[in-house]
Amino acid sequence: MPMDKLVAEVLAGNRRALARLLTQVENERPEVLPRLTALFPHTGRAHIIGITGAPGTGKSSLVNALAKRLRAQQQTVAIIAVDPTSPFSGGAILGDRIRMVELAGDAGVFIRSMATRGSLGGLARATRDMVRVLDAAGFDVVLVETVGAGQNEVDIARTAQTTLVVEAPGLGDEVQAIKAGILEIADILVVNKADRPGALQTVRSLKMMVETGHPAARERFAAHHGRLLPVPALPAGDEVSLWQPPVLQTVATENTGLDDLLAAIAQHRQFWHSGSRVTQLQERYIEIELYERLQQALMQRFVQALPPELVSATLQQIRARRLDPQSAIEQLLNQVETHGYPSSR
Amino acid sequence: MTTRAVRVLIAKPGLDGHDRGAKVIARALRDAGMEVIYTGLRQTPEMIAEAALQEDVDVVGLSILSGAHMTLVPRVREAMNARDLSDVPVLVGGIIPDEDRDSLMGQGVAAVFGPATPTDEIRDFIHRLVAEKDADG
Ligand SMILES: Nc1nc2c(ncn2[C@@H]2O[C@H](COP(=O)(O)OP(=O)(O)O)[C@@H](O)[C@H]2O)c(=O)[nH]1
Ligand SMILES: [Mg+2]
Repeated sequence: MPMDKLVAEVLAGNRRALARLLTQVENERPEVLPRLTALFPHTGRAHIIGITGAPGTGKSSLVNALAKRLRAQQQTVAIIAVDPTSPFSGGAILGDRIRMVELAGDAGVFIRSMATRGSLGGLARATRDMVRVLDAAGFDVVLVETVGAGQNEVDIARTAQTTLVVEAPGLGDEVQAIKAGILEIADILVVNKADRPGALQTVRSLKMMVETGHPAARERFAAHHGRLLPVPALPAGDEVSLWQPPVLQTVATENTGLDDLLAAIAQHRQFWHSGSRVTQLQERYIEIELYERLQQALMQRFVQALPPELVSATLQQIRARRLDPQSAIEQLLNQVETHGYPSSR
Repeated sequence: MTTRAVRVLIAKPGLDGHDRGAKVIARALRDAGMEVIYTGLRQTPEMIAEAALQEDVDVVGLSILSGAHMTLVPRVREAMNARDLSDVPVLVGGIIPDEDRDSLMGQGVAAVFGPATPTDEIRDFIHRLVAEKDADG
């Protein structure tokens, strides 16, 4: 089969083609499916690093500082920065590039901003596939900055190999973040704005959280069918291989603390490639992704298979309280199971 | 036809340090359902063109109050064309004298909006541009 032109251009390093393909992926265009299929064998080489934490903690500034260091080590860097879509208008202001001006003009850097488009897990639905495209395009490192709204940012832990959780002193939300379960996804904890008063206190309380938690209590969780499932525990006696997230201080705007941070990232990467636990986690994520996508695909097909008149009649009956939702679902399932799915075109 | 998110780059080339106007436009376009990439102050033409490429935007809007539009705008257009972005329209907002407006329109600028332009007008103009582009395939 001859290779798709756009795919060939992306693999050859054409930036315009890359930008266009990213748009197609983001818009979930039907023609991207074979393109993603063609690119998939080229993925798995990049180190994917997630950066999460509350708005204003300095995620974008840290991404900028990290990217500069990585470039100094001759590594090429792609960045995806996610900002929230306004639920009122569907629009968004994507302003993370403001903090990344220093990276402009470097052909070894590619920055893409994206909006969540209604997704709630800190990333957009298409982010994972866009990361794969950048991986296939040959970038050594992909940095993914999440929305950082707190509550439910588990998506990043499944997309990235190394997840940084960024805190800053004086925001008064350290405890919030911990409550929201953000700590569970941290591979490295970064106290940014270490030039601000209260930094040491923040470091201390985070260290305590990490150290008092017995390794087994640091069980990793992953959302699956809307439930949180623990990743299978390691056999007893294998605890040496557990990763303890370090707590590091940085001043992103002054490039301070970056050496230690990069060293910790490198260490975690090595751990990732050697640790059995991490492999289990990875396998669980692959399984979850498969089920999630299956769910989406089945839903889409199912809805297409339903005659619109039947749907509106059913809704009408439920509104009139003549039919309960559960029985309605049974009826709709029966309809599709007897008449089948329309053949895919 | 599927509706898709319209992506707009709002940039401030040149050295003047006021971005209130740019932010007003950015917010208005956001409220109209567009995704607005805002890159901040003091952007060089090269930086703007490169951001337009990476972000694959539908439209680039330049906000210029410094009076340097006659040098800056053509340089942005050139930098974009050099990146194979000649099909991406450039809009200019700011205090632009009539004779300069005509000259800019002759140099590949799709529209020039004065400071008093209602944001609705800019929004509608962008929607029309994008609809035309989509119709062309
Ligand atoms: N004092 C201080 N300010 C910082 C530091 N890092 C970022 N900032 C500032 O904090 C603000 C928010 O930073 P930004 O990177 O946009 O945060 P984000 O919302 O998490 O992406 C900006 O004004 C930055 O200049 C730091 O280490 N020290
Ligand atoms: Mg940010």
